[in-house]
Amino acid sequence: MASTKTSTETSASKDQDGAAGLSGLAGLEAGLDALETSVTARTPRSEIFRNKIVPPVVAIALVLVVWQALTWAHVVDPYKLPSPSAVWAEVRTAWLQGTLFDYIWTSLWRGISGFLLALIIGTPLGLLVARVRFVRAAIGPILSGLQSLPSVAWVPPAVLWLGLNDSMMYAVILLGAVPSIANGLVAGVDQVPPLFLRAGRTLGATGARGTWHIVMPAALPGYLAGLKQGWAFSWRSLMAAEIIASSPELGIGLGQLLENGRTNSSMSMVFLAIFLILIVGIAIDLLVFSPLERRVLRSRGLLGRS
Amino acid sequence: MAVSTLTKAEDRTAVSHAARIQHVSKSFGRPGAQQLVLDDISLDVAPGEFVTLLGASGCGKSTLLNLVAGLDAPTVGSIETPGGRPALMFQEHALFPWLTAGKNVELALRLRGVPKSERRDEAERLLGLVRLSGAYGKRVHELSGGMRQRVALARALAQDSQLLLMDEPFAALDAITRDVLHDELTQLWHETGLSVLFVTHNVREAVRLAQRVVLLSSRPGRIAREWTVDIPQPRRIEDSDVAELSLEITEQLRGEIRRHGQH
Repeated sequence: MASTKTSTETSASKDQDGAAGLSGLAGLEAGLDALETSVTARTPRSEIFRNKIVPPVVAIALVLVVWQALTWAHVVDPYKLPSPSAVWAEVRTAWLQGTLFDYIWTSLWRGISGFLLALIIGTPLGLLVARVRFVRAAIGPILSGLQSLPSVAWVPPAVLWLGLNDSMMYAVILLGAVPSIANGLVAGVDQVPPLFLRAGRTLGATGARGTWHIVMPAALPGYLAGLKQGWAFSWRSLMAAEIIASSPELGIGLGQLLENGRTNSSMSMVFLAIFLILIVGIAIDLLVFSPLERRVLRSRGLLGRS
Repeated sequence: MAVSTLTKAEDRTAVSHAARIQHVSKSFGRPGAQQLVLDDISLDVAPGEFVTLLGASGCGKSTLLNLVAGLDAPTVGSIETPGGRPALMFQEHALFPWLTAGKNVELALRLRGVPKSERRDEAERLLGLVRLSGAYGKRVHELSGGMRQRVALARALAQDSQLLLMDEPFAALDAITRDVLHDELTQLWHETGLSVLFVTHNVREAVRLAQRVVLLSSRPGRIAREWTVDIPQPRRIEDSDVAELSLEITEQLRGEIRRHGQH
């Protein structure tokens, strides 16, 4: 009995499907799509403020309070630990003299142009290492080994080769940043799922077209991580170069400011320089790399909501 | 566009096969320690025909599909696909996550050489064919599994190939979605007149979709038997005719699998 009933029902529904045809299937699919697509709302601004802005502000405020308390209590010699107000006075003086932005800009300009140069060299180099087996075997290990060499080690040879000038600074930045950028790209390319390459090949993306349309965009997250690290390395090597190699023609960047502070025994100037170096590093990361990275990851659905 | 479709349609009637696989064998491994995966496969897919390749694990059905797709070369034998490079759909959607659904389709059009001015409209049309007109700007991760496979289907159609290869494209979907996509595929096949070579290990799916079911034996893969399915479309996977033939094929498939346990 039961089986007969089922079979009539099936054939009835089939007839219905045949009559309704297109609209029946379309309606069914629309329903499935609606059921399976979840709507995600944007995080409200107040929540972003509470979770992302408040904690670091509290942490900074706490550090300032402890610092001020230490100087008030005279726990440390004022020569060794200037008060926050002394450092602030240093900022004001530099600001009023109009030199504050000169310091920052001198270093930042070197850092950015050196980084861009490293980008131009590191990208094709990374692609070559990732895609050409012979090149990889030949220089791959050296390239990743170079990453663990502190780039400050390049300052003495760079001074001897190029003299005390801007080229020497750029040489040190390049030696620090190029391996990071190239390695980041290699890691990115290595992590491209083989399925994408196969799908690309069936669509006709082979050779240079495959590299441009499939490999590069697929490797972008790893590449961006490499760029971020490359910037950090650029900035660090530049500071090392500026501290070690100071010369009147080079102008005063943040590294020289730090060195001047030391030779003048002005701890507040030293602190000012350290803070500026730190702030520039954080600002570039916060304003350039983090948003870029987040955008790329979010557009690919790789960023969990936090 | 309309003109090129017309000539393509004429081509379809002029050529006697959409794919011709002749005495194809494939071995993997280094010389001396070779493993034969496919052994002397000969199979024609007629223009507009829907063929399913059915087999247990290790029968080399995906390998055969890769060979037809041109992703790999046969060790022996020849494969002809007169309609140009076949389109291929995978079990995973294989959509590029850095592009929107629409741009995925457009990339296929671009690689095929469609001029920029026509791409957008053509992509919208193809998405409309799989009933995803509103999904052009959607990111891949915003789509459900079934929608992703439909976008992948639209991208495969964008290649404008006469032969569509499908490698277990619905295996990872839930039963309800799969059932709907079976209807969708059958309808698209009727509308476009494409030839389809569809690989699966699901007997009912094979019978539900195909005009012809080809059973492969395992290790090495050989053609064990063929069935012509003359149950009229639209079919349902629950139909008694489908069930009956599925039962017969399953028995044969089990026999093939049992042979491997005997030595």
